[in-house]
Amino acid sequence: MLIESGSPGAHARIGITLTINGEKREIEVAPWTTLLDLLRERLDLTGTKKGCDHGQCGACTVLVNGTRINSCLALAVMKDGAEITTVEGLAALAHREGTNTLHPIQEAFIEHDAFQCGYCTPGQLCSSVGLMNEGHAKSRDEIREAMSGNLCRCGAYTNIVDAIEEVMQQGAVR
Amino acid sequence: MATQFSTGAGEDRFVGRAVSRVDGPAKVTGLAKYAGEFSAENLAHGYVVSSSIARGRITSIDTAAAEAVPGVLKVITHKNRPSVAGQSKAYQDMVAPPGSPFRALYDETIVFSGQPVALVVAEDFDTARHAASLVTVAYEAEPPRTDIDALSGDAYKPPMEREGIKPPPEPRGDAEAAFGKAPIRVEGQYRLADEHHNPMEPHASTVVVEDDGTYTVYDKIQGVANTQLYLTNVFGLKPEQVRCLNPYLGGGFGSGLRPQYQLFLAMLAAQDLKRSVRVTLTRDQMWSFTFRSQAVQTISLGADENGGLQAIRHDAVQGTSTYEDYQEVVVNWSGVLYKCDNVKLSYKLVKLDTPTPGDMRAPGAVSGVFAIETAMDEMACATGLDPIELRLKNYTEADQTEGKPFGSKALKSCFSEGAERFGWSKRSPEPRSMRDGKELVGWGMASGIWESMMMKSSAQATLTADGRLEIGNSTGDIGTGTYTILTQIAADTLGLPIEHITTKLGDTELAQAPVAGGSWTAASSGTAVMKACRTIAEQVFKLARGLPDSPLANVDFERAVFTNGRIEVAGDPSRSVGIVDVLKTTGTDKLEATETASPDKDFKKQFEAYTHSAIFAEVKVDEELGRIRVTRIVSAIAAGKILNTKTARSQILGGVVMGIGSALHEESMLDHRLGRFMNHNLGEYHVPAHADIYDIDVIFVDEEDMANPLGVKGLGEIGIVGTAAAIGNAVYHATGKRIRNLPITVDKILG
Amino acid sequence: MNRFDYVRADTVADAIKALSTDPSARFIAGGTNLVDLMKYNVEKPGRLIDITRLPLKSIEEHEGGLRIGALVSNADLAYDARVQRRYPLLASAILAGASAQLRNAASTGGNLNQRTRCYYFYDEGTPCNKREPGSGCPAIGGVNRIHAIFGASEACIATNPSDMCVALAALEATVRVSGPEGDRAIAFADYHRLPGDDPSKDNTLKPGEIVVSVDLPATDYGAHHTYLKLRDRLSYAFALVSVAAALELDGQIIRTARVALGGVAHKPWRNVEAETLLQGKPATRESFRAAADLIVAEAKPQSENGFKIELARRAIVRSLEQAAAGTPQSQSDKRIQ
Repeated sequence: MLIESGSPGAHARIGITLTINGEKREIEVAPWTTLLDLLRERLDLTGTKKGCDHGQCGACTVLVNGTRINSCLALAVMKDGAEITTVEGLAALAHREGTNTLHPIQEAFIEHDAFQCGYCTPGQLCSSVGLMNEGHAKSRDEIREAMSGNLCRCGAYTNIVDAIEEVMQQGAVR
Repeated sequence: MATQFSTGAGEDRFVGRAVSRVDGPAKVTGLAKYAGEFSAENLAHGYVVSSSIARGRITSIDTAAAEAVPGVLKVITHKNRPSVAGQSKAYQDMVAPPGSPFRALYDETIVFSGQPVALVVAEDFDTARHAASLVTVAYEAEPPRTDIDALSGDAYKPPMEREGIKPPPEPRGDAEAAFGKAPIRVEGQYRLADEHHNPMEPHASTVVVEDDGTYTVYDKIQGVANTQLYLTNVFGLKPEQVRCLNPYLGGGFGSGLRPQYQLFLAMLAAQDLKRSVRVTLTRDQMWSFTFRSQAVQTISLGADENGGLQAIRHDAVQGTSTYEDYQEVVVNWSGVLYKCDNVKLSYKLVKLDTPTPGDMRAPGAVSGVFAIETAMDEMACATGLDPIELRLKNYTEADQTEGKPFGSKALKSCFSEGAERFGWSKRSPEPRSMRDGKELVGWGMASGIWESMMMKSSAQATLTADGRLEIGNSTGDIGTGTYTILTQIAADTLGLPIEHITTKLGDTELAQAPVAGGSWTAASSGTAVMKACRTIAEQVFKLARGLPDSPLANVDFERAVFTNGRIEVAGDPSRSVGIVDVLKTTGTDKLEATETASPDKDFKKQFEAYTHSAIFAEVKVDEELGRIRVTRIVSAIAAGKILNTKTARSQILGGVVMGIGSALHEESMLDHRLGRFMNHNLGEYHVPAHADIYDIDVIFVDEEDMANPLGVKGLGEIGIVGTAAAIGNAVYHATGKRIRNLPITVDKILG
Repeated sequence: MNRFDYVRADTVADAIKALSTDPSARFIAGGTNLVDLMKYNVEKPGRLIDITRLPLKSIEEHEGGLRIGALVSNADLAYDARVQRRYPLLASAILAGASAQLRNAASTGGNLNQRTRCYYFYDEGTPCNKREPGSGCPAIGGVNRIHAIFGASEACIATNPSDMCVALAALEATVRVSGPEGDRAIAFADYHRLPGDDPSKDNTLKPGEIVVSVDLPATDYGAHHTYLKLRDRLSYAFALVSVAAALELDGQIIRTARVALGGVAHKPWRNVEAETLLQGKPATRESFRAAADLIVAEAKPQSENGFKIELARRAIVRSLEQAAAGTPQSQSDKRIQ
């Protein structure tokens, strides 16, 4: 046993280390705090959205060690030591030369109008980067299927796929 | 020409173009904040406890265990609720239907399943949620009444009209007799399932108590003026005590038109605890207010041998709550879409133990037009006419209901351009006659219609000495692109680059504007912004003309062209002056203007105003396994001037996608024994996912309209109207199976 | 979500000890179902034992087949080159389920133990025998278009929601578990159970036991297989009916047939009699129909799900055709061959 959190009282807290958008942070969390609630409620990283809180919409998608997951279903305490990238950290992830301040997928989303209300957008963006990291989806059908875990009620789907296709064609940027 | 956007001052450099959203960078970086994301010092968090019964009363409620959880500040129930307005009228918001609005935690009575029965307020979200699970409620339940079919015998004509919702017109001609005599008849019952809006952002309100005792309220609403009105009435506050904001809305589709109970609860707790409070609903709780209530409809169409309509009957019965008479326009469309001298329409309500239904994207039209446009497809089959031909045969240039011509109606262009793009001429008319491998292919079409409206709306503009312009009003950008189109309009009116313009919306401190809904925002706020900017233009022009040796000396304002940050004389660009120079030279810090735009009464007297569409759908159906794929949609839209081809297209895409949802997926399923929607989550209430959406092609046909100076008619609703009918008609063409009961799920294909 | 204690286990022995000493404890790995259920107050563990650090994350060659560690993620399993090559049926079934994000997080063991998606089970505002034994089953006579047509009881008509498990049933995998009384192997068909009069139990794990691996036998059906999933939208939805079909053929003659159904029962549903019936028969629609008829003969409809019987019958036939033709269902191209 590595850790005993003690009695399940209101103030049980466990120290963890997370690298969030490149910044290493020591944080005390309750075992029941999800990664999503930690980001939104404690760290003021509200870019990551809570759409359903049950893994049924994808709005909370973040990258954990480069892999996309639903942060609403991840207990923060279990991600001790992980590198987390949220929408706020996507631009820095691109690390491109020049004046661009956005990740290519963010630029493509703007260009293709791949969002309307913007609430599912951070999840769609992180999911797109996760998809490109995975490298399995190539065709339009495959992109659609691999993005199906991200619902968009405004119906920007076709524009999102256009944006992803364009960035994939330019060469995936991590 | 009215549709050529012209401020009379500038030139079209941005309006009409594919300008990217000005709020795009904020939305793709996560910086755009939504109602439940604003914070405050010492913010407390509320979590709602919901009723498990649909009808009855609370006999006891035990909050002791919840209150004992460290970090819990208070558990508010109907028993310890602080005093609020007692009069039910005080709860009526700007768009409330007739009746007595729901009052949360008012007393022990339960009127719908999922009704809030307690609010647990705690230091943090986790604690509030945990403590909420410890609240135990005992009920005396009565059998719920939620089955519209079982209760249709109790249907009644709403005694009081809902404002802005026209009841069915008086009958014209004699529809019964004409139907009886018609050689070709079509009759059927049509319905659409109960649907829930499910914007991606759950409803949330953050009430911030300021040091001076006033409140700053971030509310998920489609127009903050409504939030403010509600709070002042219910909590006895003055408008200056409550500033309401909602700069971004994570999807509304109508669910954010009325203030919802989380706002009431957040303010109640904030006043009670004298500290800032946020209440965010769970996804499941999104089934506890407002939805598209199913309308059970019957249609009878009679036609002569040539397909000329002789009789139209369209009757609808729709569910409402026990406490409000929600109404929408379901049947009237059938009397407007086609030329027919014998029309009889009716609309009735049934009281159900559900929350009050509400406007959901193209309310009424989604249900009603699905029915009439399906029936018209049946008529096309019965008469052997091509569906477009039948519609052209019964085409009308005037609204027979009102006896007035349409201000504009380019529906014929929608038919022709849509058909051309879709390849409609290659359609083989026989059902089941087209195949692709193992799949049956179906091509279907339908018309769409939505009212084109404008509401009285104000806007403000401030031009500062650095040449920057700030514009805005209190309406919301609900994802529709309002920030962007208003920026474009301002830019062209004053000839400024877009980057020099800041548009602010969703704040009661800005000029007053109505809620964003009904597809009226572009016309209303757009015109107001144009007027305010034009006033600024006049002011700058006056200053410029008064300059010593002014190049504009003796020039009338009408001849001034605002472009590239300068004022030029039309036809003589050598005579010009920079706007910043004018302000600097005259020592002007800023110029301000607030203007109000109202609908053109003369126009309304003479014309009826509608947007129209023609939707063409291709479905591929694996008949054996009942799998339907909507592989192609062409939506041709006649909606006047298009301000931004990029965001306009997105509006239509969104409507089409939601229409695909209506057609194939969306259905909130009630257990009538419990009076409860059972699939209350996004895993089991299916909205279209990426994989469901193939190609969607949007066409905007040319249409000139003069209802407002911009020539716009609105786009928020028209994309969804008729889409489900086009898909259903395509399914019929593919399979020979007429499914009048949406959504078209696998069981219906197999059945 | 209730309050709970949290511990991390370093070794399988530690994990078993922690679980068997606290009846309120639950293992957590991906958390994709457990955290979901905890937020609905359906699961209220007093203690969570984090098993993600246990050394159960590898896929190894084993007795001619593969041994899949219980903590291998669904995505890693589906995209493993050996699995893709030798057990494409399993890869396909996994990719038919959930979303990319969920598959990245969910573990093999967790997928095995995921709970039903019955609306009433999930809704603490309603009775449910699975959640609260003895409280009743409102799904019977209620909203039940997604419910079981096979093996249901008076107490419960819920279905097992897994796609992966349907393929594992067809492949006749073995579940290896470890517990206070030692290790044992459970044939896949015996791992999940029917509801009977105790629907609270989904599987045959004994108290304190942990799934350590899933073993795939040498027979892989790499040539003739399909996973055909039918649902209410084209992705990201649970199955109304799914079929894992696998054949070994001698020319046009069926040597072995496996047919497992998902979304129709409290466990992946197999009918060995029907599989036997196919042996030695030509791989034709006629043979497949006969097998399908035999399988659905014992189906019983609920008030709203009678269509699933016909859907299952047709899906069995189509999937066997796909398997025989060597044209397995693509999970991204939604046309059904």
